[in-house]
Amino acid sequence: MARKTPDIPSASLADTAFMMLIFFLVSTTMDTDAGISRMLPPPVPKEEINDDQKIKERNVYVVLINKNDQLMVEGEPMHISELKKKAKEFIENPADDPNLPEKTIKEVPFFGDYPVSKQVISLQNDRGTSYGLYVQVQDELAAAYNELRNELAQRKWGKRYDDLDKDQQDAIKKIYPQAISEAEPKNYGGKK
Amino acid sequence: MGKFRDGGKKEVPAISTSSLPDVVYMLLFFFMVSTTMKEVDLKVNVNVPMASEIKKLEKKSLVSYIYIGKPKDKFAKAYGTEPRIQLNDQFADVKDIADYIESERQQKDEKEVPLMTTSLKVDEDAKMGIVTDVKQELRKVSALKINYSTKKGTRRY
Repeated sequence: MARKTPDIPSASLADTAFMMLIFFLVSTTMDTDAGISRMLPPPVPKEEINDDQKIKERNVYVVLINKNDQLMVEGEPMHISELKKKAKEFIENPADDPNLPEKTIKEVPFFGDYPVSKQVISLQNDRGTSYGLYVQVQDELAAAYNELRNELAQRKWGKRYDDLDKDQQDAIKKIYPQAISEAEPKNYGGKK
Repeated sequence: MGKFRDGGKKEVPAISTSSLPDVVYMLLFFFMVSTTMKEVDLKVNVNVPMASEIKKLEKKSLVSYIYIGKPKDKFAKAYGTEPRIQLNDQFADVKDIADYIESERQQKDEKEVPLMTTSLKVDEDAKMGIVTDVKQELRKVSALKINYSTKKGTRRY
């Protein structure tokens, strides 16, 4: 007769599992990474640097940040809380104001011929500007674009921009292309 | 009455612990699946700013990290209190970034190189000077996809 094999004691199983649990708790993190994504402009050869003077002044929205974290927008000091509203007005130019960006008729899928404004936002900062404020400004400008896109999506399809399918999103992107240009860095504010 | 109390002092049976390992394993698997390994030991203090218009970073394996912030207290003596750059586990200079990006690229498949993102984890009190230098250096090596790492939240003005 074969002898019955004795049970393997499983009392320590819990301890091993606990030990592994604690190891994973300590050595891992849960934070998901999120942030504002941007594309840097490709490097330009030295001899080709020419400040883009060809863009008409009415089409450019100039945002300057100085080393004391103060904002100057289109030649006027501004508080950051107003930036989004003003940027939206600039981008959309609802009343075809001659001081705001001009529009060209473009053919856009779903919309047919649609006046698209030629807006560009130019962002310049000093070396002494704090990173926190810079990100806030980037965020406000991105918010301006996103709100406009959302509003258009609501008008056209009654949905939020994020809920549209890819073709519809591309169409809206054509109408409100996100054009934030950052100037080649300059050092205005004295010492580094 | 007393119908249910059939006399005698019965001992309370011990609570069975045989399901304890199962419970712990369940927790263990949860943590194994939902967390990621810490990337590096931080040597600088990084308190990223808040923003609302954020996107999640996908494909963590294709992300390289650059940390910028003030050195932690224990390194303050050797490295000062000005914001510094940290790559991998050590302090670095702006000119080391090209090498760092190059070595990150070599670890990846050739096809994936254009998809690689550089995540800038910068302290909100750092100055743009150092960030601009880093960005210029990234442009030189054509690492153009960047992500300003932020927390989700509403901003304070």
